Amino acid sequence: MITQKHIAWAVGLAALLLLPLLIRMIFPGTDRYYLHLVIQILIWAFIYTGWSMMGRFGLTSLGHGAFTGIGAYVTVMLWNFAGITPWIGIPVAMLVATIAGVLVGYPCFRMRITGHYFALLTLAFTEFIRLCIIGMRDWTGGSLGTQPARYGDGLSLYAFQFEPNRVLAYYIVLAVWLIGLIIWVKVDRSMDRYALDAASQDEDAAASVGINVTREKLKITALSSAMCAFGGAIYGQYQMYIGPDTIAGLGVSLNIVFAVIAGGIWSLFGPTFGAVFTQVLAETLRVGLRGSETLSKLLGQSALALDTFIYGLLLVLFIIYMPKGVIGTLGERWKRR
Amino acid sequence: MLGLFSSLDCSLDVFFVEALLNGVLLAGLLALLALGLNLIFGVIDVVWICYAELVMIGMYAIFYFVQVAGIPLPLSFLLAIGLVACAGTILHYLVIRPVLDQPPINQLLVTGGVLFLLQAAATMAFGIEFRNLGIRLGSVNIGDMSFAWSRIITFAVALGAMILLWQFLTRTYIGTAIRAISQDRQIMPLMGVDQKKIYLATSAIGGGLAGLAACLMVLQYDIYPQIGLQFGPLTFMICVLGGLGNMVGGFVAAFIIAQFITIGGSCVATEWGYAVAFLFFMLVIFVRPQGLFGAKS
Repeated sequence: MITQKHIAWAVGLAALLLLPLLIRMIFPGTDRYYLHLVIQILIWAFIYTGWSMMGRFGLTSLGHGAFTGIGAYVTVMLWNFAGITPWIGIPVAMLVATIAGVLVGYPCFRMRITGHYFALLTLAFTEFIRLCIIGMRDWTGGSLGTQPARYGDGLSLYAFQFEPNRVLAYYIVLAVWLIGLIIWVKVDRSMDRYALDAASQDEDAAASVGINVTREKLKITALSSAMCAFGGAIYGQYQMYIGPDTIAGLGVSLNIVFAVIAGGIWSLFGPTFGAVFTQVLAETLRVGLRGSETLSKLLGQSALALDTFIYGLLLVLFIIYMPKGVIGTLGERWKRR
Repeated sequence: MLGLFSSLDCSLDVFFVEALLNGVLLAGLLALLALGLNLIFGVIDVVWICYAELVMIGMYAIFYFVQVAGIPLPLSFLLAIGLVACAGTILHYLVIRPVLDQPPINQLLVTGGVLFLLQAAATMAFGIEFRNLGIRLGSVNIGDMSFAWSRIITFAVALGAMILLWQFLTRTYIGTAIRAISQDRQIMPLMGVDQKKIYLATSAIGGGLAGLAACLMVLQYDIYPQIGLQFGPLTFMICVLGGLGNMVGGFVAAFIIAQFITIGGSCVATEWGYAVAFLFFMLVIFVRPQGLFGAKS
């Protein structure tokens, strides 16, 4: 049976497929810039969705900046120094991130480290990975970051490089983002979701009805860390630059957590909305400031920090007044009607 | 990885002893940083993720008072301590109080929003350049070893502040009330203690300690908007390692972590000192989640 929901999905998907054409028609000449913005949003939306897999079950990890970092760096290091194609490098990176996630997760879940302690422990993990990346500066370029070696003209199936062709890049990240949504729905409909929901509310009660809490949490951690590593690798392949502060580290972790909370942690499109919201906010302010002479005269170069300022302010307001996020709150209103 | 450790030249020589003693001096500062955070966690049960950013605000305030307003240094220090104490109170009143009923993790994240806010505000006001007061206190030489005066002063003041705080907590009415409320949150309002007032007073003291740390840090570090990201994670790690809320535990943990950083830093490279400290921290917490000196909950 075809319901309203199916029609909405079909229309939405068609619109997304035609988006590059649409952008070219509306913004002739600057379509590359707008496509770039949309690609950024989709990559981060996928990473945010990956984080929300854990976050929605009360596992507030500040460690996902480490997983995106591992994804990006392992892929690029294997390509630059061993000549291994990202087609093998990305799965290896995902495997490394998964193992790291399980190694950190297993003791945490066994020892029942939750809440503050879990957040601060994963924060330490992020810092550890970032410091390792900086420490191995002979390979990783230290704090300055590094670039994947360009293969030919930068457009290659073998090297999985697609940056010069923005339309192609758009379709690749669109597919990645859709896969992220499908995984989210699959998890949402699985028995594991109910087990994890129960465990997040009362671990003892969940264990008493026969749920293996540690195993369920490990499963979702493995999935979440692999997704974030994949997102990090795609980010590196598209940006053609990776740095310890742009794709790894505490800043990235906090960005992930906050964007998801702003968008809505318990809804399918919450993380995506968070990505749209944060990226568009940052870009509008950047472009707006450059355009307006009074503001740029008033603030000078440091005007670049204005978006972070507003972002931080909004986050505080969101958590105080709208802890379910924009999408979550809107959805609730919708249902209540 | 192999090339990494080939430069390892640690032996029990004078440099090792120098690193060891410098570690002790660094530990004083770290213990002071952890003290404020522990006090706030013990009493209000909230982690201020933005604690190191309050220190950063204090450092910029001192810079502004001295370089722009031309206020003498000692007075600037006092003003900065007062300012950060006010900032702590405002933070509690405007940000923490509305979320006290929300899940603990939201309380932690809301102060993360403040972290971004303060960092951006500092960038807008002072730019991203490294600033410093240009104070050179020289150093003292003992044999072949040399220790910066700024570090020795920092250590002494931090130690003094800790003893003063301890006296305050044990000798005064409000101090006793603070300790009592950290032991039993439910019963204290029944005993006639105004919980809201105690929370505000604790936030002010916690802020004041951050201000004091700022005074000591301008003596030896450059000021830049991201300095909080350098010291913040370290401070949380020390607090958790010592047992969140346990002030004595935080003190001991600061010494352990500082030794990792200085000895690791002098043997290999600074990042590896930090990296090993973080790794050690994770391993300890895996075995003892309540921290080295925390009571089992």
